Amino acid sequence: MIAERYLNAAILAIFFVVPAWAWWANEPFTITLMTRAAIFALAAVGLNVALGLGGLVSLGHAAFFGIGGYAMGILAFHAQTVTPVMEWPFVIEGTKSMPVIWLTAIVLSALAALVIGHLSLRTSGVYFIMITLAFGQMFFFFSISWSAYGGEDGLSIWVRNDFPGLNTLQPIQFYGLCLAILCAVLWFTSRLARSPFGLALNAARQVPQRVETVGLNATRLKLVAFVISGAITGLAGALFADLNRFVSPTMFSWQMSGEIMVFIIIGGVARLFGPVAGALVFVALEHFLGGLSDYWLVYLGALLLLIVLFGRGGLIGIVSGREKAHG
Amino acid sequence: MADPVLATHGISKSFGALKASDDVSIDLRPGEIHAIIGPNGAGKSTLIAQICGTLMPDAGSVHLLGRDVTQQSTRARAKAGLGRTFQISALAMQDTVLQNAVLGALGASGRPWRFLSPALEDADLRARAEAALERVGLQDHAATRTAELSHGQRRQLEVAVALTLEPSVFVMDEPMAGLGSEGSKRLTGFLDELRHEAPILLVEHDMDAVFTLADRISVLVYGKVIASGSIDEIQSDRQVREAYLGEDA
Repeated sequence: MIAERYLNAAILAIFFVVPAWAWWANEPFTITLMTRAAIFALAAVGLNVALGLGGLVSLGHAAFFGIGGYAMGILAFHAQTVTPVMEWPFVIEGTKSMPVIWLTAIVLSALAALVIGHLSLRTSGVYFIMITLAFGQMFFFFSISWSAYGGEDGLSIWVRNDFPGLNTLQPIQFYGLCLAILCAVLWFTSRLARSPFGLALNAARQVPQRVETVGLNATRLKLVAFVISGAITGLAGALFADLNRFVSPTMFSWQMSGEIMVFIIIGGVARLFGPVAGALVFVALEHFLGGLSDYWLVYLGALLLLIVLFGRGGLIGIVSGREKAHG
Repeated sequence: MADPVLATHGISKSFGALKASDDVSIDLRPGEIHAIIGPNGAGKSTLIAQICGTLMPDAGSVHLLGRDVTQQSTRARAKAGLGRTFQISALAMQDTVLQNAVLGALGASGRPWRFLSPALEDADLRARAEAALERVGLQDHAATRTAELSHGQRRQLEVAVALTLEPSVFVMDEPMAGLGSEGSKRLTGFLDELRHEAPILLVEHDMDAVFTLADRISVLVYGKVIASGSIDEIQSDRQVREAYLGEDA
C-alpha cells in the first residue's frame, strides 16, 4: 500500500511532467488533452464537495458546468460582435477578459446552486437525484430553445479570451492557467474538509440528527456545500468553453452530469485527489481506446463496474487502502 | 420548591389508534435525577422525541427553563440548553472520537461557518472537547475511529458529546443500555455527580442504576404516567407492581 499523500503527489506530478514533455517535444495536442483532464478534474472536484463531503448525489451538476460555459460564451459573443449583453435597466457590455468571465461564471452558478439546492434539499435519496436531474434537464432544454445564442447549434467564439500578461493562444500558457486554478481549488477543498464547516458537514452526512442535537443546521450546512460545489463546477465550465472556443447545450446534458460523477467514482468518492485521478483516467481512455473503437464507452462501463463491485474507494482506494480518519 | 427546569404539560401523541403519549405531565427540578421507567412499548422514546423536538405532540406543551418550546425545532432547544444522548448511538462512525466531541463543541460555539482554518487546531474547540472526553474516560481514545470503539465506549462518547454543550438539562435515553455491570457502575457514579451541574431526565431499563440514582421515578405504561414519586413510593405502589414489576399484589 502506498500512502495516499504520495499517490496524490504522483498524480499531481503527471500534470506537470506530461505537459512539460509535450511542450519540449512540440506536441500541442497532448497539452490540449491534459488541459481537458485538468478542467474535467476541476468540475469533479466541485461535485466532490457536494457528493463526497455532503453526501449529496447530484445528477444535475451539468447545469452549473453549462452556466459557466454560457457565461463565457455569451460575454465573449457580445464582445466579438460589439453588441451589449443588455441595455436596460443598465448597460452590460460583453468582455474577453477571463477574470471577469470567471467571476461571472462563479457568481451565476452559485446563485443557481442556491436556488436548486434550496428546493432539492427538501428531499433526499433517490428523490434528490431525480430532482437535480430534472433541474439539469430544464437548463438543457432552455439552452436548446434559446435561439439568440445559437440554440441547438451552440455558440462559436473566434479567439480565446484574454488573461492579463499571458498569451492564452499558446496551449501551454492556457494549460498553466487551468492547472493553477485546479491546484488552488484543491488546496481550498483540502482546507475545507478539515475546517469547522467541513467537520460539521461531514457529520451532517453521516448523522444529521446528531448535528441538529448539538444545535447546528444540517440542511443549511448541506446547502452551503451545494453552493460551493456548484460554483467550482461553474468555473470549470467557463474554462471548458474557452478550451473549445465553443459552447453548446451538450454542456447542459445529463450525460455531462453523469460523466462528472463517473470521474469521482473511478477515482474515489470523498478522496481529495479522487476526481483528479478519475478525470485523468477518463481522458486517457477516451484518447487511447477512442482511437481503437467508437464503442470505447463499453470498456469504460466495464471499468466502472469493476471499481464499484470490488473497489469501493475507487482507484485511490485500491492503491492506497482504506481512508484514514483525517485529523 | 424550585421552578422546574423542564416540564411537559399534558402532552398526547397518537399514531393511528395507538396512544403513545396520553396526557403526560412530568417535570424536572434543579439538581435532581428524574427517572422514567416502563415496559417496552410504553412510549418512553416517543416522550423523549417530543421533549427534544423530533416529534410534535398532538396536544399539550413542553417547557424548557420556563419557556414554552413546543413549537421549536430540535436545534433551537439544543441552543436553549437541552443536552441529549441517544438510545442508539448517533455518532459519526467514520470520524475519530475527538472529531465527534469537537462537533459538540462546535455546536456550542455556534460558529460553524469557518471554511479555511482546521477545526482540530482551534484551541477553544479542542480544549472543550478534550475536557469532555477526559471526564468520561475516553482521553486515550481521542484519535480512534469511532466505528472501532466498543459498544460501551460509544455510550461514553454519547455522554461526552452532550457534555461539550454544557447544557442546563440532560435528557438521556438509556445511557446504560448494553454496558456491562462494571461500565454501568462507573457511569452511575458519574451521573450521580453530574446532577449537580444540570438535572437529568433519565430513561433507563437498568433498575439498579435507577434505584441508586433517581430522586423521583415516573412509571409510564401504555403512554400514561401511572405513578410518580420517590423510590419508596414507587416500590410500594400496587399498580406499579402489577403493571410493571410483574408481581401479584
